[in-house]
Amino acid sequence: MSVDSVVTLKNIGKIYDTGVEALKGVNFDFPVGKLSTLLGPSGCGKTTLLKIIGGLIDATSGEVWVNGKPITGPGPDRAFVFQDFALLPWATILRNVSFGLELRGVPKEERFEIARKYIREVGLEGFESNFPHQLSGGMRQRVGLARALTVDADIILMDEPFSSVDEQTRRKFQEDMLDLLQNRHKTVIFVTHSIEEAAYMSDLIVLLSARPGAVSQVIRPGIDRSGKCADDIRRDKKYLDVVDTIWRELKVYLC
Amino acid sequence: MEIFGKKIPFSVSLLFWCVLWELVGWMGLSSIFPPISKIVVAAMTVFTTEKFIKAMEISLRTFALGMSLALVVGIALGTLMARIKIVREILGMWVNIFVSAPISALVPILMGILGIGEATVVATVFLFAVFIIILDTQVGISMADRSLVEMGKSLGASRYQMFTKILVLSALPEILAGIRLGVIRGVKGVVIGQLLISIIGIGELFEFYSMHFLMEEFWSLVIVVFTFAFVLSESIAFFERRVEYYAGNR
Repeated sequence: MSVDSVVTLKNIGKIYDTGVEALKGVNFDFPVGKLSTLLGPSGCGKTTLLKIIGGLIDATSGEVWVNGKPITGPGPDRAFVFQDFALLPWATILRNVSFGLELRGVPKEERFEIARKYIREVGLEGFESNFPHQLSGGMRQRVGLARALTVDADIILMDEPFSSVDEQTRRKFQEDMLDLLQNRHKTVIFVTHSIEEAAYMSDLIVLLSARPGAVSQVIRPGIDRSGKCADDIRRDKKYLDVVDTIWRELKVYLC
Repeated sequence: MEIFGKKIPFSVSLLFWCVLWELVGWMGLSSIFPPISKIVVAAMTVFTTEKFIKAMEISLRTFALGMSLALVVGIALGTLMARIKIVREILGMWVNIFVSAPISALVPILMGILGIGEATVVATVFLFAVFIIILDTQVGISMADRSLVEMGKSLGASRYQMFTKILVLSALPEILAGIRLGVIRGVKGVVIGQLLISIIGIGELFEFYSMHFLMEEFWSLVIVVFTFAFVLSESIAFFERRVEYYAGNR
């Protein structure tokens, strides 16, 4: 294991009870402090792999190492952002965001204070006492992100966080999220099926092959973000090349 | 209710039937149906009798006790059945048999075991109510949002936290529906239990009034029991409507 990898996958395999082989021989080192994307054809086991890293599903074979130790389940070093937000419908935004701290037994005043800070950072100030059903999809996912940030895990796992959010909201949210993660030194592992999203957001793109999923290629977009606004990046030659490379790679699995 | 496109309030319908009953009563077609005004007058005297107050006490006490037991056992067993496969396999069939079985047929057996007294009535209420609560809780818990469970897991919820902070609340719409149906069955249980025993509580009163053909007193008792069941089930339905929004949000 190299010094800067924070999550290491060692020969991960997953066979479902139904006999379907979702993953086979997945080996990978996720570098610390980077945003890595898992991308692949639908049904390639991206989400399964992410849930295995999160400790929510057990691998059939192989091991996941986090910070130099094999994991046996979920842990405070990893926070999860869910595709369908997974917010408690009966709880206010404030309580939803502070729920991780509530489960850890942090006193009410303290956890609400922390939660308020992150609610502000994700841009939902003023919605603290609203309920999830009063918010739009994009806002709900901001709540999900704030909840993941409050528990202060080093690693944030995101399962297609923008897939239930409409296109226009998504672009804005992607930019906001990159801003938010900047200078926080979080390691983010991100599952998506959107090629553009992967190319735009990632430091590292891990392409998975069709079922059973395995790492087929690793792409480092290497787009220089400094001083550029989002629209410039979307016109950057490197960005367009990356999109093209991924598309050519994935096209094989669609026929 | 609407008639000729106009909204008629519930009370009008109630009033209509009361007037009809009053008229039928005055026509003297059957001594079983005295006019409702006479029933109301009789009720005034019945409600102040020591016998009635004592009967109500017994009924409420046995009902509350039986229902509390049914709630605790029903929610606990329903949860266990939803979460643990072996419990579901052992109990599933029996719960389904008992939920549709005529429990009244068991009351004589209960009398044999528990004696002719309040314990038998408590047991009857319990048996009438518990199975539907088990069943609805099981459905609610097993339908509980999987991603909420995963969310709790990823944030390190203990088993107890998972149950109290996520599962029960997520299953609340189903559990409340089960409780409402359980309460309705429980009221039947408390009446049927006392009727079959017939020497305590309102069972004794019903028996006494019908034997002595005191129809006005008899009907006033019926109205009390009906009203009690209706008000109770409506107040639970009120809570059900308050949590309705999140059934659609899961």
